[in-house]
Amino acid sequence: MTDSFEPVIVGFTCNWCSYRAADAAGTARMKYAPNVRLIRLMCSGRLDPTFVMKALASGADGVLITGCHPGDCHYIDQNYKALRRFLLLRRTLKGLGVEPERIKLVWASAAEGLKLTNEINAFVEEIRALGPLHWPKWDSNGHTAEKQPILEVTA
Amino acid sequence: MSEKKPKIGVYVCHCGSNIAGMVDVEAVRDWAQAALGQDGVVVSRDYKFMCSSLGQELIEKDIQELGLERVVVAACSPHLHEKTFRTASERAGLNPYLTELVSIREQVSWVHTDKQVATEKSKALVSGAVHRVAYNTELQPLKVPINPNTLVVGGGIAGIQAALEIANAGFHVYLVEREPSIGGHMAQFDKTFPTLDCSACILTPRMVEAGTHPNITLLTWSEVISVSGYVGNFNVTIKKKARYVNEELCTGCGICVEKCPQKVIDDVYEAGLGYRKVIYTPFAQAVPKYPVLDRPNCTFFKNGKCKACEKFCPTNAIDFTQEDQYLNVEVGNIILATGYDLFDARRVTNYGYGRLPNVFTSLEFERMSNAAGPTGGEITLRDGKTKPETVGIIHCVGSRDKNFNNYCSSICCMQSLKFAHLVKERTGATVYEFYIDMRTPMKAYDEFYQRVLEEGTLFVRGKVAEVTNATHGPHEKGKLIIQVEDTLVGKQRRIPVDMVILSVGMEPRHDAKQVGQMFGISCSSDGWYIERHPKLDPVTTMTEGILIAGCASGPKDIPASVAQGAAAAARVLDKILQKEVELEPIRATVDESKCSGCRICNNLCPFNAISFLDDVGVTRINPALCQGCGTCVAACPAGAISGTGFSNEQIFAQIEGLLMGV
Ligand SMILES: Cc1cc2nc3c(=O)[nH]c(=O)nc-3n(C[C@H](O)[C@H](O)[C@H](O)COP(=O)(O)OP(=O)(O)OC[C@H]3O[C@@H](n4cnc5c(N)ncnc54)[C@H](O)[C@@H]3O)c2cc1C
Ligand code: SF4
Ligand code: SF4
Ligand code: FES
Repeated sequence: MTDSFEPVIVGFTCNWCSYRAADAAGTARMKYAPNVRLIRLMCSGRLDPTFVMKALASGADGVLITGCHPGDCHYIDQNYKALRRFLLLRRTLKGLGVEPERIKLVWASAAEGLKLTNEINAFVEEIRALGPLHWPKWDSNGHTAEKQPILEVTA
Repeated sequence: MSEKKPKIGVYVCHCGSNIAGMVDVEAVRDWAQAALGQDGVVVSRDYKFMCSSLGQELIEKDIQELGLERVVVAACSPHLHEKTFRTASERAGLNPYLTELVSIREQVSWVHTDKQVATEKSKALVSGAVHRVAYNTELQPLKVPINPNTLVVGGGIAGIQAALEIANAGFHVYLVEREPSIGGHMAQFDKTFPTLDCSACILTPRMVEAGTHPNITLLTWSEVISVSGYVGNFNVTIKKKARYVNEELCTGCGICVEKCPQKVIDDVYEAGLGYRKVIYTPFAQAVPKYPVLDRPNCTFFKNGKCKACEKFCPTNAIDFTQEDQYLNVEVGNIILATGYDLFDARRVTNYGYGRLPNVFTSLEFERMSNAAGPTGGEITLRDGKTKPETVGIIHCVGSRDKNFNNYCSSICCMQSLKFAHLVKERTGATVYEFYIDMRTPMKAYDEFYQRVLEEGTLFVRGKVAEVTNATHGPHEKGKLIIQVEDTLVGKQRRIPVDMVILSVGMEPRHDAKQVGQMFGISCSSDGWYIERHPKLDPVTTMTEGILIAGCASGPKDIPASVAQGAAAAARVLDKILQKEVELEPIRATVDESKCSGCRICNNLCPFNAISFLDDVGVTRINPALCQGCGTCVAACPAGAISGTGFSNEQIFAQIEGLLMGV
């Protein structure tokens, strides 16, 4: 069964850059893997971490987060906040026993249709290699079978 | 479960064969009706061109006859037609924000190759929108007043044109130019292709008009250092660098320039080919006429002695104590017309610029051929005396080259033809043009090419491999050798010449990125400012109220730069005359009953829209300042902030819809 595994990926795009990069890729008829379904936000700063958790919980195998290049955010620097949330999310996923590589952050300007295309294709292959997302089972103490604590204690 | 779903209509567009060629449109239509019925879909239709008036009428009719409360259109990108369909809904009496557009063209049919998979993905996207739209709320666009003043940055021909159009219409313009005079590159040329008009003769009247116009505040030797606000209401800080000349007193007589004992190479206006004084106006027709004192090179500032300018100035206008001034201005719109830089010819090392003295750049040649230039219009070798007998002009230097810039600089063929004509006319020399392709597409351009052909210029088609002074034999002695594969004859040639002119390409300003970031616009991968739409909207940008004109968005000739300056001005005037601008009502609001007063959001807003009300211990957002990025919405741990248009409920529903059946 797993050899026919087609990952489902939810992608969050920013209205000003990456969504337009997707438009640009389309207009130029660039081809990419059909596994990604995009959602438009006004800015990557709008990305509520719960959106990512919701997507993974609802069946997505991976989540792509995209935004304007650092310094190019339409709202000055909100993409840095997205970066912080992304890093935190990765740690949280790890703590939950889910591969942190299931989420990926990509900066793409409105002109970078080709970059977005390449990143989508690469990510689809990365998720394909990871296989379907299986949530680990936790016991009542919040430990997974492998006795991993939910959150890593970091100094 | 008992919650009543709003009545939703789904409309799937064929877009001719653009969508229907890769997506089974009928299958999407039927699936939406069947599978999404429980989610409120009461009607699902397809149509060849949804955006046509008949397509729109279909939606309008359903809204009125079936009482639709929400509309989902699966067609092209919202950046293209969101407005079309929202307006159609509005005509039928439905609040425009209850209509969603799903991109199954740019995001599906144009980028995928398997019809079945593309159809499935289309269904998922439609499902996402259907789930989301149920949570859309009625919104009213925000109206803000437009400040009628405009800022134009860059006083080249594009900026001058824009400023004059707006000023002539009766509105005020601040024209900010970083150099001591306006005029830009055009002020450096002698003749302009294809008509061979004298550049100064056509430019100077415009410069004077801009300099004396009652509606234009001209700020030269000045730069914008910060910008805040948004369309209609920008707040701009301009640094007016010290000229050390009191503009109230200076009459522009030029005695100070004459008396200044210190000369330096003029790298800007004379392209390094000539000198200027330390106190100077870059050229005779400069606007404004007031000179600028170049502080780092001034003898008085260096060792406390000299002041020749001060001694001789008849009106005591020299002021060594002057300091930089900072001005704050409020404007409604901003036009960036910052132009281009020239490609640095040193980077193509095999052409020898900077190493072989008689290799010149195009701009150096412009200065040399200019009657007011360093050689008084004489075309000579670097020694300033010897007339060349043979001249080679190399096209596309730094352009159309994977190692440098991929793009065509668009003006180099024509400028090279202009040079060939001028060289022939003034020296009678034999002229070779080395070109890859000849590009002469605009009005009267190809005729000019024919004329230069008839004048006897020799054309060699091929990319020059090298310019060298390593000669083979006596016939090459003292010459520069151009090594080229003549692709028309199909053989390697060595052509000895006395002078080489490199038609260097245009590049984005070295600081284009930083300047763009200050104004909130971005650059393409080549570094040029990105227009809102390359065909249909070439002078506006993704940021409302920030426009671009001239070479700031890519290489152009003078007619195109002027046309863009005027086009940008027309766009600004349109805004000014409307007196108000409608903004997307995408704003954050705090539900004060839910706010715990944690203040986590307080420092997140880039526009200082969030303030804390100490007396009641909750946060409030100023809707006039909020730009709707949604960062605070995402951060609030109490879920107290909601973002209209992109609420948590909408996004959660969209995620569920997208993943329905996964
Ligand atoms: C060698 C050569 C010959 C040419 N000959 C011809 C010809 O014969 N015919 C023709 O049609 N076209 C010709 N062109 C093309 C022509 O130069 C351009 O089309 C035209 O100058 C573009 O005008 P612009 O106003 O966009 O830019 P520019 O002329 O570059 O003007 C931009 C202005 O903005 C100022 N500026 C830049 N950044 C800032 C900032 N941050 N703040 C404030 N001010 C700033 C600059 O100082 C400058 O004054 C030639 C080009 C070259 C290189
Ligand atoms: S983050 Fe939310 S709860 Fe905290 S102060 Fe801001 S609005 Fe109130
Ligand atoms: S959404 Fe929040 S953070 Fe963004 S501009 Fe509005 S108030 Fe500021
Ligand atoms: S607007 Fe694109 S990341 Fe902020």
